Amino acid sequence: MKKRMFSLVLVLVLILALGVGCAPKEGEEQKGKRVALITDLGGINDESFNQSAWNGMKQLEADGYEISFVESEKEADYAVNFTNKTEEGNDLVWGIGFLMEESIINASKEHKDQKFAIVDAGFPEGEYPNLIGAMFNSEESSFLVGYIAGHVTETDHVGFVLGMEGDVMFSLQYGYLASVAYADKELGKDIRVDAVTIDTFGDTAKGKATATKMFSDGADIVYHAAGQAGSGCITAAKEMGKWAIGVDLDQNELAPDNVLTSALKNVDQAVYLLSKRVLEGEDVGGKTFFFGLKEGGVGIAPSSDKHVPKDILDKTAEIEKQIIDGEITVPITEAEFETFKGNLG
Amino acid sequence: MNLLNTVLLTVSISLMYSAPLIFTALGGVITQRAGVDNIGLEGMMAFGACGASILCHFTGSPWIGLVVGALFGATLAILHAFISVTAKGNQLISGIAINFIGLGVGVFLTRFLFNGAAQSNSTINEPLPKLLGLLGIDKSKSRLLESSEIDLTVIFAFAFAVLIWFVLYKTRIGLRVRACGEHPGAADTLGVNVTRIRYVATILSGVMAGLGGAVTSLTISYRFTPTVISGQGFIALAAVIFGNWKPIGATLACLLFGFAQALTVVLAGIPWLPTQILAMLPYALTLLILVIFVERSTPPKALGQPYFKGQA
Repeated sequence: MKKRMFSLVLVLVLILALGVGCAPKEGEEQKGKRVALITDLGGINDESFNQSAWNGMKQLEADGYEISFVESEKEADYAVNFTNKTEEGNDLVWGIGFLMEESIINASKEHKDQKFAIVDAGFPEGEYPNLIGAMFNSEESSFLVGYIAGHVTETDHVGFVLGMEGDVMFSLQYGYLASVAYADKELGKDIRVDAVTIDTFGDTAKGKATATKMFSDGADIVYHAAGQAGSGCITAAKEMGKWAIGVDLDQNELAPDNVLTSALKNVDQAVYLLSKRVLEGEDVGGKTFFFGLKEGGVGIAPSSDKHVPKDILDKTAEIEKQIIDGEITVPITEAEFETFKGNLG
Repeated sequence: MNLLNTVLLTVSISLMYSAPLIFTALGGVITQRAGVDNIGLEGMMAFGACGASILCHFTGSPWIGLVVGALFGATLAILHAFISVTAKGNQLISGIAINFIGLGVGVFLTRFLFNGAAQSNSTINEPLPKLLGLLGIDKSKSRLLESSEIDLTVIFAFAFAVLIWFVLYKTRIGLRVRACGEHPGAADTLGVNVTRIRYVATILSGVMAGLGGAVTSLTISYRFTPTVISGQGFIALAAVIFGNWKPIGATLACLLFGFAQALTVVLAGIPWLPTQILAMLPYALTLLILVIFVERSTPPKALGQPYFKGQA
């Protein structure tokens, strides 16, 4: 009997503990239009794009809209979260990150009356009438930070840590490699680039160990595009007194003396601007929007002037202008990169 | 020179990965040698990692974080000890429940304290000391020194391994602990308080797992997230078995796991080696060594069985 009671208590505790992890934040009352955001595995203050997206949502809140978020703790949560947020009666539901692409497509098919939008995924126009894509030309900001890295490196050796393979992710890698090659050519240096894919966005230890390896091999700057795992690269830079380049947000505050610059992805702007258009009644469903240097969707962090010498920043601004004017086309695939390098001579 | 650098780096990365595992596996050895199974190490690690990060953030002291991490682990262990020893419940079920409770309550606390977010703020500006830094060696001059820097907690891990080996095998109390795991009935007849010893051993395992979690969140990730402990507790549990329920054996097993992880990092970037194969390496290597080197492992005879007073 005693034993049975305990089993019962245990089961109850188990159920409660399960509930603790996934309780969504409920909007207090129903008023006005509502927007909801679903994070991928990174979490809402990942100091990366989930947090940036949430900042855009806060701007919406300032405009009088109701906002809410829910974090996904595992991939299986995506579908559940989309269903829950749809049932809450939101006018627009955001999915953050290309990892959610498949789930949001399924959700948009299942809930035809709900408008969905996703960051970092694009679709053929009109294929999913209630789904909006927001893409970033992150290769352009990667090009700018790579240019800075090429100029700042003293050991003529820089590194790149990629979270996972994928078209969007590779565009960052080739943008970076291209500009290091560009700076290399400009300065007549011979810069070595170590690029490693670590197959995780969450494993901070692996990010840290990988960056430590690069630094110890002689690199003095490592650019990461690996979310939470990449914050380990910044930790490594701090511990070893080297430079890290942040991604998505201005990551300088993580290690003010060791983050050289950051390749910004202004997810907040995209979330804000696109949400606004939907909430004001414009029908933008089925379309994919691109945000590049021209649209202010990507760029380099304002804190760059702390550590990057002014003359290099001026040159970077020059490069930025050339990209906007179309004089430099940043490669996004390996083939384009090889051509780009070939054209440099 | 370059090769030496790579070797040193591999060692220091191995140690970084191993340290949390060693703490936790030692906890597993203590409790299992006393006859109480504890598969809740994972949850205790997560809870310890959470407590450590929160307190380190709010007090600014990683040492307080470390101690509180141990206490958080111990709290869960008291629950496990009560269910396993006093209530004589099923130890596996209790352990599974603790895995859920540790992570669940940890995330709950973090959400409560950090504005609804599932991760705590970074404590990167409150690091625990590192060995060379502590000895006052300027490592910025030499790349070799830079590659061989390790956390002080690594030393703690080894110190604990030796200490626990000594206590288990060279002291009277250690003999009693082992007796409780082999034949609690006989121990009881000779006047050993089985209940008390099992309680203490279980709580100590919580302290060690909590420390393991704290070391992870204070020296590697510098914050608590729901994924910061993802599987280390189970790997530590495997190390206990791998190491044949001996402190030194378990420590060596943890070093092996750490080394395999370090290999994936050091070998990364070789163009012809797919990252997926690399990611598989630690597990493949573990299986291989298990098959080749570990002939037999003998668990404590009374492992997992509640002791009823007067039983033979």
